[in-house]
Amino acid sequence: MQKYSVFSLIKNALKGHKDWEVAWKDPAPKAEYDVVIVGGGGHGLATAYYLAKEHNIRNVVIIEKGWIGGGNVGRNTTIVRSNYMYDNNARFSEFGMSLWRNLSQELNFNVMFSPRGIINLAHSDAQMNVFSRRGNSMRLNGIDAVLLGREEIKKMIPMADFSDNVRFPIFGALMQPSAGTARHDGVAWGYARQADSMGVDIIQHCEVTGFEVVNGKIKGVKTSRGDIKTNKVGLCVAGSTSILAEKLNMTLPIETHLLQACVSEPVKPILDHVVTFGAGHFYCSQSDKGEMVMGGDLDGYNSYTQRGNLPTLQHVLTEGVAMFPFLSKLKMLRTWGGIMDMSMDGSPIIDKTHIEGLYLNCGWCYGGFKATPASGWTFAHTIAQDRVHELNSGYSLNRFHTGHLLDEKGLGTKTWIS
Amino acid sequence: MLHIKCPYCGIRSQNEFAYGGDADVKRPELNKEISDLEWDSFVYLRKSRRGKHLELWHHISGCRQWFKVQRDTATHEIFKTLKPSEDI
Repeated sequence: MQKYSVFSLIKNALKGHKDWEVAWKDPAPKAEYDVVIVGGGGHGLATAYYLAKEHNIRNVVIIEKGWIGGGNVGRNTTIVRSNYMYDNNARFSEFGMSLWRNLSQELNFNVMFSPRGIINLAHSDAQMNVFSRRGNSMRLNGIDAVLLGREEIKKMIPMADFSDNVRFPIFGALMQPSAGTARHDGVAWGYARQADSMGVDIIQHCEVTGFEVVNGKIKGVKTSRGDIKTNKVGLCVAGSTSILAEKLNMTLPIETHLLQACVSEPVKPILDHVVTFGAGHFYCSQSDKGEMVMGGDLDGYNSYTQRGNLPTLQHVLTEGVAMFPFLSKLKMLRTWGGIMDMSMDGSPIIDKTHIEGLYLNCGWCYGGFKATPASGWTFAHTIAQDRVHELNSGYSLNRFHTGHLLDEKGLGTKTWIS
Repeated sequence: MLHIKCPYCGIRSQNEFAYGGDADVKRPELNKEISDLEWDSFVYLRKSRRGKHLELWHHISGCRQWFKVQRDTATHEIFKTLKPSEDI
């Protein structure tokens, strides 16, 4: 594989950029693979990469209905963080942070990881107490957390509304300085390129139409480009999980909902951090191009549409203007939506299933992008070793039966309620 | 913007309503012996269908009545709205 560096860039620039190798091939599917990964998003691509790299399983295929990176890995707000209170979530996501920090070097692809810090604003004394508890839990798990007062925040984000007569005055914030953003497409392309170079086949525009299950064991998948034999199948299909589960006669603790995001026209650098509003669901950061990147609530009812409805966007941006009044002067450049696999406790599932050789990776709710490396790493381990790793042991499918829920936000089963 | 026909008030815009989730989920009968599995299914498991989906809505900023809506989750087309006691 061609190595990307400043020298290869200069060399190819002098030759008019005619000699770049393709980043990944476009092979025809073979009749049989050791592992079939369904879904060529961030998690599927990362899983294939770690299967090849960590477990030397290279006879792997990724089957993607659309194009790689066209789903949620290309539709998120690029936030990377590990500010969780529960031990399982904290350990898993902090392991992810350790992968993020070296990802550009490891993949030889600039994923533009920018640890600019995430600031969760608090708007009451009670909220400050909750944040201080969460911050302490994070620190016990080795994650950096700083509780900030109003005056400290004023220096960091002076453009926020610090005036006297606001409905939700800023009392303080919890900050994770090591959190930040990354270039979402770069993550998908970086994983795809490395996985391809190690022998993984990436098959795009190929839909899985069914599964072959014999005596409780997975034997193959049926696709729009023919049948593929395999003994191991990993599902990484986010919002489409329930569609494939139905083909396997499985009912899951998952509902598919729509989440919107938007960017404004580009402006000069104003916001150095990721900031979340504490009195509603709104978050904002500024991209390297200068656009304000914003997101918030789900549309609030089951949806597979991949495009949003105006009332939710209006509601979210109203919160945005309450936090940063200058946003009202900006024009929206683009809005879009992605379909989320909302689990019934707000935490993901990375586990084996009752079907031998069928592995499940889903339930990422609002937090799939930042989990991409850790999800791929632990899912690859689960598939290769046929057992869960300690890091994803809390993300079991049967926790809804045993009662070991990971309800980080305390929302119960109505995770679509804002 | 969805336009939802409340069976009591008629067509209103979406912002008058709150979503109540899958209406096909049946709570196990009161005072009946049930297994943990039946209870789990009721509390946690959802079909989450792509296509026709029967769901509960609440006219929370209107008559405050609950009712059922049959809607397509891939197109948002609303086929029918029903009172809670009625079936498709």
